Amino acid sequence: MKLLQGKLGWSLLALLALAFPLVTQNNYLISVATQAFIMTIAALGLNLITGYTGQFNLAHGAFMAVGAYTVGILTVDHQVPFWIAFLLAGAMTASLGFFVGILSLRLKGHYFAIFTLCVSYIMYLLIEKWESLTHGTVGIMGIPAPSGIGPLQFGTPLSQYYLVLAFLALGLWIMARIVGSLLGRSFMAVRNSDELAEALGIDLMRTKTLSFVLSVTYAGFAGALYAGQVRFLGPDLASEVVTFDLIMFALVGGIGTLLGPLLGTILVTWLTQGLQFLQDYRMVVFGPVLIALLIFLPDGIVGTWLRRRARRADASNAKQDPTGAQHHA
Amino acid sequence: MLEIVALTKKFFGLTAVDQVSTRFERGQVSAIIGPNGAGKTTFFNLVAGTHKPTSGSILFNGRDVTGLRPDHVARLGIARTFQTTHLFDNATVLDNLIVGHRLRTHSGLWDVLANTQRLQQEEKLCHDKAREALEFVGLSHVANRIAADITQEERKRVAFALALATDPELLLLDEPASGVNPEETVGLAALIRKLVDHGLTVCLIEHKMDMIMRLADKIVVLNNGGKIAEGTPAEIRRDPQVIDAYLGVDHAAL
Repeated sequence: MKLLQGKLGWSLLALLALAFPLVTQNNYLISVATQAFIMTIAALGLNLITGYTGQFNLAHGAFMAVGAYTVGILTVDHQVPFWIAFLLAGAMTASLGFFVGILSLRLKGHYFAIFTLCVSYIMYLLIEKWESLTHGTVGIMGIPAPSGIGPLQFGTPLSQYYLVLAFLALGLWIMARIVGSLLGRSFMAVRNSDELAEALGIDLMRTKTLSFVLSVTYAGFAGALYAGQVRFLGPDLASEVVTFDLIMFALVGGIGTLLGPLLGTILVTWLTQGLQFLQDYRMVVFGPVLIALLIFLPDGIVGTWLRRRARRADASNAKQDPTGAQHHA
Repeated sequence: MLEIVALTKKFFGLTAVDQVSTRFERGQVSAIIGPNGAGKTTFFNLVAGTHKPTSGSILFNGRDVTGLRPDHVARLGIARTFQTTHLFDNATVLDNLIVGHRLRTHSGLWDVLANTQRLQQEEKLCHDKAREALEFVGLSHVANRIAADITQEERKRVAFALALATDPELLLLDEPASGVNPEETVGLAALIRKLVDHGLTVCLIEHKMDMIMRLADKIVVLNNGGKIAEGTPAEIRRDPQVIDAYLGVDHAAL
């Protein structure tokens, strides 16, 4: 029954996403949604290291830029086919993530956050100043769209939308597998208390590094998709603003929940679009809404909903079945 | 089972544990008592690998475990509980316990992505271990409760269960009965006795003297980092140094 409910929810969500472009028929909205999905993939990664493993990584946006620039540089300056560059973008961010991870994860709590903020700024400076490699402030122009796979072509906004949606679905599926498994439990044990996790025999550095590498790999692939969709890259992509946006998405939706980043990204993007007519004044509306949300729903939308559900299940269990059948959210 | 030789830990100028030597025998309850700041928790931290000793050695089952990392020590069969247990309050009690047996499993990222047979078996094993441990501590009825909602005494028992799920030989319990009422303390003492009856070895830090005197086979008394006495409860009660430093006249066998 529970499983069916879960499956039903997922199918509904998938149906909604598949039908969206057919209903709107509006290329602008379709490409806004595509970008929201790309940001969701990055936010999923951030959610793994920060939401599930409890390490507040402030360099996440910079890793997304690394993925994007890998695709940009390889396709524009070296004529590498898009999909090969795409795979290399993942490999590049993963290996960079490994070295940044083993250095920074020695630090705990705020120290880790501050260290990664510095890493983020260094990466931003590198991208901005290393003109021979990154084209500096001019940016990289004319990045090709993802090349076709067999009969599928990705030249139009509609086809790009479905391409990104497919990657989002894959990313969500892998994330669901990870956080629902023993591996995910190790991550969450580290989040709850690294002291206790270590006493339970969990190798802290290994566990945190794995989570970090997986997390930035999501960012890398998101960046690679971003490069293929926006077709232009500037150093601003590596600025900390992108990371803060991603954190906001995860917080609004529910950090440490599977669907939180998705819901948060869509909601915030939709709100930003809706308030566009206010131009810069939209922050006047946006700020208070965000603060209210954090005060009244500190666990985010999905987090609050999950807690309510767990509590209700708890209450009904206590009433009818003291030994209870197992279930988990 | 556990042999401590001239164990010393200095934090900068302060000697927290000073030349302590003792042994804990298999199948016994050993207690470490002493005033606040005597170095009891630091002593546990040294045995469990949280801190590296300045000098001295720790032998577990004849094997030198001095300076090993905590997760390594845990895999060798030394489990511990803390003064406060950090549970994930939004999840059920059972959910909190499943990770306890993770250290005996080998599934990695690949097993997770491919959903291998090994992962499925190990997931089941961890579930079974968690249920078994919960039953052992008498908490099967709260398996599906949200961890935030259970009582302080139940939290203590969950901490025991979490330690038990690691399949330990030696349990280090840091103030297992702090913050629970006298009736519940009796229940926890019975649980500790049950652990020993099932072949485990227990070493605990505790301030509740009535509980210690009835439960412990052997007591080690620390004061200012050094060991000032060691013996059976009856011997400790009579020791003038211990009475002076810690017990006072209330618990002394006068």
